[in-house]
Amino acid sequence: MAKLTKRIGALVLRLAAFGAALAALIVMVTSRERASFFAVSLEAKYTDMAAFKYFVIANAVVSVYSFLVLFLPKESLLWKFVVVLDLVMTMLLTSSISAALAVAQVGKKGNANAGWLPICGQVPKFCDQVTGALIAGFVALVLYVLLLLYSLHSVVDPFLLQKS
Amino acid sequence: MPREKILFAGGGTTKSWKVLLALRILALIATLAAAIVMGLNKETKTLVVATIGTVPIKATLTAKFQDTPAFVFFVIANAMVSFHNLLMIGLQIFSRKLECKGFRLLSVAILDMLNAALVSAAANGAVFIAEIGQNGNKHAKWNKVCDRFSIYCDHGRGALIAAFSGVILMLLVSAVSISRLSIYSNKPSTSTAAAVASP
Repeated sequence: MAKLTKRIGALVLRLAAFGAALAALIVMVTSRERASFFAVSLEAKYTDMAAFKYFVIANAVVSVYSFLVLFLPKESLLWKFVVVLDLVMTMLLTSSISAALAVAQVGKKGNANAGWLPICGQVPKFCDQVTGALIAGFVALVLYVLLLLYSLHSVVDPFLLQKS
Repeated sequence: MPREKILFAGGGTTKSWKVLLALRILALIATLAAAIVMGLNKETKTLVVATIGTVPIKATLTAKFQDTPAFVFFVIANAMVSFHNLLMIGLQIFSRKLECKGFRLLSVAILDMLNAALVSAAANGAVFIAEIGQNGNKHAKWNKVCDRFSIYCDHGRGALIAAFSGVILMLLVSAVSISRLSIYSNKPSTSTAAAVASP
């Protein structure tokens, strides 16, 4: 009975991680704003920055992977593979969040020494949506760390978790 | 009976022990090199910023890694990961006589995984900022930095290459740690019988 609740818990966790990664992906892709002042109109969309494109791709990969693992049967031998792949997905998630956060921070505060001006003043809705996507990505990351610990636990015998 | 089999000497000189030690030493070198090269990255240049009539106005500009928070995180994270590797190398070498209790192997595996994620975040955050510095971004009107501060960019490139090799090495270290965890576990379905018999 405890095993069944643990398995259901893991399934719910993975579903939640899939949802969070998908949400991050969708919010980033639909972030677009057109601002015009004087005669100049500039449009900000996520493809302007390479880091945001990488964020979208990484979250897409993680979503597809989570969706596929949801349907993995319990007794399959692939669960050992799932541990390493979960680690790779966690690394992908952390790297995508870090890259998008670094670029968004420059967009918000600018970099005075490099002469890069902040752009959030001109496209505030775009900045807000990027922030939302980053938060969803962070939630996906936390869920994935928990999933990683769970996969490790399910591959290794529970005996090892007790101090002998 | 199976419980006593687990508590033999911690690894000794098995193949996985040697492979893990070699990988950890390489990861230590890579992340330490990345942290040091980026930490000492600084370039000062006197540039002409404006011309009034025929008199050029020069200003001394300094490019240092502290200007960019992504690079600061890069240096700190690589220093942390190299410290972790140093600690784990010491633990591996000096605890050969210790019992291979399950909790120790598990905590090493978990720490390795967390540090692999940390170094991948640091390296990737820095590389995207460096890409903007190299190519500029015409949508946001951010101009290039590398055409004027070429030595700064060269050193940054070297540090990033070292950090990315550190990422791959930390991934391998985590994979080997996890496999050691499952070799020394009590699951009868895995090939523990052979592994337990000959440490």
